[in-house]
Amino acid sequence: MALVRVTDLTYRYPQTAVPALQNVTFSVEPGEFVAVIGANDAGKSTLCYALTGYVPHFFHGQMDGSVQLAGLETRERPLPELVTLAGLVFQNPTTQMSGVRDTVRGEVGFGLENLGVPRAEMHTRIVEALAMTGTTELAERHPRELSGGQQQRVALAAMLAMRPQLLVLDEPTAQLDPVGSRELFAALQRLSRTGLTLVLATHKLEWAAAYADRLLLLHEGRLVQQGPPQALLTQPQLADWGIAPLPFTEAARQARDEGLWDAERPLPITLADAIVGFLEMRDTSKHF
Amino acid sequence: MEIVIDQIEYRYPNGVTALADVSLRVAAGEQVAIVGQNGSGKTTLAKQLNGLLRPSSGQVQIGDWRTDGHSVAQLARRVGYLFQHPDEQLFQRTVAAELAFGPRNLGFDAQRTAALVTEALHSLALTAVAQENPYDLSLAWRKRVALAAVLAMDTPILVLDEPTTGQDARFQALLAGLLLRWRQAGKTVIAISHDMEFVAANFTRLVVMHAGRVLRDGLTAEVVGETAVLQQTQVEPPAITRLAQGLNLPQTVWTVPDFLAAWRGNGRK
Repeated sequence: MALVRVTDLTYRYPQTAVPALQNVTFSVEPGEFVAVIGANDAGKSTLCYALTGYVPHFFHGQMDGSVQLAGLETRERPLPELVTLAGLVFQNPTTQMSGVRDTVRGEVGFGLENLGVPRAEMHTRIVEALAMTGTTELAERHPRELSGGQQQRVALAAMLAMRPQLLVLDEPTAQLDPVGSRELFAALQRLSRTGLTLVLATHKLEWAAAYADRLLLLHEGRLVQQGPPQALLTQPQLADWGIAPLPFTEAARQARDEGLWDAERPLPITLADAIVGFLEMRDTSKHF
Repeated sequence: MEIVIDQIEYRYPNGVTALADVSLRVAAGEQVAIVGQNGSGKTTLAKQLNGLLRPSSGQVQIGDWRTDGHSVAQLARRVGYLFQHPDEQLFQRTVAAELAFGPRNLGFDAQRTAALVTEALHSLALTAVAQENPYDLSLAWRKRVALAAVLAMDTPILVLDEPTTGQDARFQALLAGLLLRWRQAGKTVIAISHDMEFVAANFTRLVVMHAGRVLRDGLTAEVVGETAVLQQTQVEPPAITRLAQGLNLPQTVWTVPDFLAAWRGNGRK
């Protein structure tokens, strides 16, 4: 059974005329790693809020259609129940930090305290969440004294401590350097392998291409495409949806037009694929 | 307007040294990008320019003013500062009011303020949302509003902290156009960024920071290919540069046309 089932979802923020999401339908299977891509205002963040119940419970507005999490209709369940099913990691970790705990350990346990989780159980979950995100050695540090990358992993740990079935991340690497991004994605990949279901909204196609099982492409609130990264990111019409193709893909496409890329070979979406494709073409081509 | 940073050191109150012996001279009208890993001192350096932070030793000069002799309010006439997070700088009820706040505060008359607001709205394609509350807009649009608010102050120097974060290709194209206009208008621009594609495409000078120091300061055309230098501070070259390196091309390239030209010429067995 699908963990997430979104059916004909249309949502309008309060006092706005144009829906942020329109007739969106898709599902996510348990253990899948799905990336949501699209230009600004495509509806990526709103979809993240809808998957975690913040739409409509926090933002209110007009919601039609249905979002089901593990078979539960999110509209009919209170947020405190939904946070144990689906966790949301925001773009800016400081948005997420409670600001009232002066250690990483306290911060990671803060949500559990609010849910009244027994102390021993809290301890176990905190230790586990710190280990999964590579933040064990930061446990006694003050959250505000950490780098952006470290803070983002602490925010991730705080969500994991709730042991959600679904983790939703809204541009979690926007403010991270490549190493911070890589550390976060490595953590996500580890989590994905443990069977956690992940939905990630991102502008960074290179990361989405390398890690996601499937992409959802939103444009002006509508789900216009979905499929494996290879098929979706090599389409020439990406630009019509406000998305610049990956530089590797574009280089190979233009090379193909000149006979410098094997017309039979799929266009690359990773650096490794691009290098292999160019080298093999060189070794077999009469152009060189 | 020229910026001269002379051997500054900066220690946070908790004793952590965030900048050590940093010297940098940016000529009037020059556009410089600063890159480096999280925590390398980029934002701490940027905040020295408008007096939000003051060097523990050394000095910063903005034109003929030393920052230690001028208040933040005075420096705001010369240095416009875009914060990394727009919510740190937006507090008015409408976009238009937000944009008018800066120039009005600088003492500009109503006519000049109105003209600057209109131009800034137009530059960032915000005219249609001028009467909206900034917090009814998405984060990406709030970032546009924050940038427009900085522009409306008409400062000779612009300091932009991560201007492309969370922005799509359309905004990046708009920003590239603005950088060109500012170049023609002689504005000095310092941009902090992790986005090496954006940096390589738009800046000819690149300063690389690591552990509170300037690790490298040179032409973008040279620095983007210096993988060993960039790796020290966890920065990756642009995608096309990495592709060219992976194919052992001798040239440093970062655009698709330059890559294809290099590959045609050098890809032979």
